[in-house]
Amino acid sequence: MTESVVDIKGVSRLFGKKVALDDVDLSVPKGCVVGLVGENGAGKTTLLKHVLGLFKARTGSVRVFGKDPVTDPEAVLGEIGYLSEIRDLPDWMKIGELMSYTRAFFPSWDDAFAEELRNMFELSLDQKVKTLSRGQRARAGLIAAIAHRPQLLVLDEPSSGLDPVVRRDILSAIIRTVADEGRTVLFSSHLLDEVQRVSDHVAMLHLGKMLLTSSMDDVLTSHHRLTVRFEQPPGSPLKLDGALRCEGEGREWTVLCNGERASVEAQLTQLNGEIVGRAAPTLDEIFVARMNG
Amino acid sequence: MQIHITEADGTPYYQQVVNQVKFLVASGRLEEGEQLPPVRKLAEQLLVNPNTIARAYRELESEGVVASKRGAGVFVSDSGSPLSRKEKTRILHERIDALLTESSQLGVGVDSLLKLIDQRSKKFDSTWGDKS
Repeated sequence: MTESVVDIKGVSRLFGKKVALDDVDLSVPKGCVVGLVGENGAGKTTLLKHVLGLFKARTGSVRVFGKDPVTDPEAVLGEIGYLSEIRDLPDWMKIGELMSYTRAFFPSWDDAFAEELRNMFELSLDQKVKTLSRGQRARAGLIAAIAHRPQLLVLDEPSSGLDPVVRRDILSAIIRTVADEGRTVLFSSHLLDEVQRVSDHVAMLHLGKMLLTSSMDDVLTSHHRLTVRFEQPPGSPLKLDGALRCEGEGREWTVLCNGERASVEAQLTQLNGEIVGRAAPTLDEIFVARMNG
Repeated sequence: MQIHITEADGTPYYQQVVNQVKFLVASGRLEEGEQLPPVRKLAEQLLVNPNTIARAYRELESEGVVASKRGAGVFVSDSGSPLSRKEKTRILHERIDALLTESSQLGVGVDSLLKLIDQRSKKFDSTWGDKS
């Protein structure tokens, strides 16, 4: 059995009357990249804040490295690297100051690695954080998050609003982190093609509930996209048992299903539909089908 | 080593890597004894999970396309060549199957298809023939 770096069990959270998290379980195995996906407001940031000990679980339990991040923050936070979506860096500091400031919190800070990243990202020591572009800000935040070579890297929407070059830097930081023996990454993202590329596991949150947690391979191989052509246009909307989403108009339709391909195909044949294509859908398609039905 | 992966394809990433390495070996662009990039380097180049690359390499090793030498890396097997003929056939079979599916959907029979291939091949020769 693989050791879990993060173990969340039965966590629920209310903001006023709004249910932000509803009995959520999540386990992040050591040495893996776990991609957390969900619509805006699904509870991704709230869940990540529980991992960081910024929120205390009212019900359920959160364990990081087997410890409670709220009662034992020293043991947990020193081993975590975190980059938030808003990348809240101290504006008044220069890059050099930001680096030595962050360094002071982490005994394991690696000066050579930090310098290597800073040079790669073309940030100069005397640049003020306030004057950085959005992409440079993300890069500075990334240095602060990974230069102490954390056991666990937590990234909240690291790519949002960034150009492809900076997104590439962030993805390669994720890859480098796991390629370093035994390190683990938990990140949330809207960019499902990125999640599909770099994650071993995917966790899908919807309206505060964990809809799906599975290995990426299983998710991708258990879903099927069928393209079907009918002799006569079927009644719209097309409804099939076991199908996640039916989309189309006129004679040609696309049906996305999970696992129950045989039964869905039998129903289509009964409706005089000829299956003209079978393919594996992308994570993006699966996500849209699961969210919109 | 030039490998390109795509999500649109529907083929799992590790399989895309396996197929393309085999293609490179079969076409002679990767030669016997040539070293493959380390897992981590290829993962960073392709921006995919390192475990995906590791899995592709394991698969290639179990099929005898590559062999890993402890501590030294992963190399194209010396026995690469007999496999490469089988591999050429496999790659072509894949393309032929796709072509057959498409032509049947377009209502073009196998006989007409063969004639078309013959015609195209003559045209192809007259355009590219000098170079081969």
